[in-house]
Amino acid sequence: MIAQILFIALFIAAVALFSYNAKKVIRNIRLGKPADRTDQPQKRLMTMLKVAFGQTKMFFRPIPAFLHLLVYAGFVIVNIEVLEIMIDGVAGTHRIFHGLGGLYNVLIGAFEFLALGVWVSCALFLIRRNVLKLKRFSGVEMTSWPKSDANYILITEILLMTAFLTMNAADVKLQALGYGHYVTAGAFPVSQFLQNLLPDSASSLVAIERGCWWFHIIGILAFLNYLPYSKHFHILFAFPNTYFSNLEPKGEFSNMQSVTNEVKAMLDPSFTPEPAEPGRFGAKDVNDLSWVNLMNAYTCTECGRCTSVCPANMTGKLLSPRKIMMDTRDRLTEVGKNIDKSGNGFDDGKSLIDTYISREEIWACTSCNACTNACPINIDPLAIITELRRYAVMEESQSPASLNAMMGNIENNGAPWKYSPADRLNWAKEN
Amino acid sequence: MSEQLNFEVPTMAELIARGEEPEILFWVGCAGSYDERAQKTTRDICKILHHVGLKYAVLGTEESCTGDPAKRAGNEFLFQMQAMTNIEVLNGYNIKKIVTGCPHCFNTIKNEYPGLGGNYEVIHHTQLIQQLIDEGKLKAEGGESFKGKKITYHDPCYLGRGNDVYEAPRKALEVLDAQLVEMKRCKSNGLCCGAGGAQMFKEPEKGNKDINIERIEEALETNPQIVAASCPFCMTMLSDGVKLKDQSEHVKVLDIAEITARANGL
Repeated sequence: MIAQILFIALFIAAVALFSYNAKKVIRNIRLGKPADRTDQPQKRLMTMLKVAFGQTKMFFRPIPAFLHLLVYAGFVIVNIEVLEIMIDGVAGTHRIFHGLGGLYNVLIGAFEFLALGVWVSCALFLIRRNVLKLKRFSGVEMTSWPKSDANYILITEILLMTAFLTMNAADVKLQALGYGHYVTAGAFPVSQFLQNLLPDSASSLVAIERGCWWFHIIGILAFLNYLPYSKHFHILFAFPNTYFSNLEPKGEFSNMQSVTNEVKAMLDPSFTPEPAEPGRFGAKDVNDLSWVNLMNAYTCTECGRCTSVCPANMTGKLLSPRKIMMDTRDRLTEVGKNIDKSGNGFDDGKSLIDTYISREEIWACTSCNACTNACPINIDPLAIITELRRYAVMEESQSPASLNAMMGNIENNGAPWKYSPADRLNWAKEN
Repeated sequence: MSEQLNFEVPTMAELIARGEEPEILFWVGCAGSYDERAQKTTRDICKILHHVGLKYAVLGTEESCTGDPAKRAGNEFLFQMQAMTNIEVLNGYNIKKIVTGCPHCFNTIKNEYPGLGGNYEVIHHTQLIQQLIDEGKLKAEGGESFKGKKITYHDPCYLGRGNDVYEAPRKALEVLDAQLVEMKRCKSNGLCCGAGGAQMFKEPEKGNKDINIERIEEALETNPQIVAASCPFCMTMLSDGVKLKDQSEHVKVLDIAEITARANGL
């Protein structure tokens, strides 16, 4: 009875804390400017199913894709088992689904294989990161916290799976002893090999079984609450992020309506634009970005596929698309904390540009879209880079001198170089 | 095979004055108009249009920068000024269909002009060449033979990833009976030449290598006789790369339009 109350209290506390933190994240995302991503719902749904659920973009790199799929399948399907654990925890029952009989055996057997798959994949992932030291997992932005974050996640998953399998091993031994409420149920194709490692006394086995049960479920609840502080948030955000991702051709940059109004008024004095709130052109800070850009930042799991294909990055420039996303999230978290502490409108004198992202980074981009193409969950670093450039150019007139010259030429003679418009057709006459 | 055009390139103004309408407008672009190397490609596109008897026209001195480099650099004002001025000219001539000689112009007019009142069917010159081949109007005969030659094609970002046009340029090369070899990074995984996003007009940021060198090294790994391009900026970057690698004698960088014109003896 005490165990049931303790379980229910823990569960409620964990869900409440998660909701509290998740709400903050959603509030932070809402600091972004509006962007309409509600068109073509069917196409959006298909994109989500294909890219997030089906993980199609992962398979460009087959080895990590396969391992990731194992972890993902494990995560999704073992949740059915978590459902049983929850019910058992609340009702004080043991293996409440065992009445399913043969199907129960199949399920538990499958969960065991999946748990093993998760265990092995996570171990291999740890080796890739810490022993093989794959280049993709390093870089200026991969400081100690992001590296630890990744390791914590992998180690936690390994511990959870170990607990799950050990629990089963102890359970099956107790079943054989015909001890207490340990009904004979389930098939244990993996954990049977752990049995010999466990003691034979019933009381020790019960302690191990219960210990692992609590460790597993508390671990899951703790992990849930770790998400808002971690790159691992992608397991939830991948779905809305792909649903609301850009469906237009990648080459297309959005036209700024605020500028359209001003340009129309300039070209046609009789045109009076609808009064709009005076805003900033481009983005100086995170709240100048759109909510989609901000959601992108929380979704990023720092895999570095973007940076590994970035032509600027691979030729030694400072720019790293992954850093753009991580900086945006870090700054947004900071802005959120400022609001918690000092309310809206507090100015800490910092901004996304300069404090976090340098000019040198944004001007190194070739806008080639390799990063957006590489992202397995359709994050768009280029959109943020473009907004920062817009701010630098239109609000501050701070662009590299050669670009100023190029723009001056377009303005004066309708070409990025200093040639006379009258000579535009010379190619047809010369030679 | 002279470089010179033995026919007049009609302008829109002339056509309208004669009370005629073109089937397609050839949007030359700034590089195609002024850059000496790109001018050759421009003339070859005209030769192809002339050869197949497609009724076309250029805007000539009425054409102005699409605004692409300004937009990528972040100057939305300048972009929209250019765009609206161009749209006024294009709509004034009642233009319906446009072929561009540059993926950047192609992308901008196709994707970004509609929101500002410019709605046209826009194709890139490699798509036109593909269509003409499909329709049987264009073959690879009567000119230089590319049979068995090793050609590798570089995908321009704004044609490939930007607009998912991967097959048209390859189709134009397939009819040559040449030996097409793909680079390790090709199609949606293609590597940028280094010129996009207004980089063409500035010095690169500090790094340990220029992007065009990285790309040309990859292209040279395929041992090509020809590196095929379909963008005037890529053309500049790749040609510079070949020169810097001292390979100009063995490796030619040619636009798909040039290759097509040569294969047809135009």
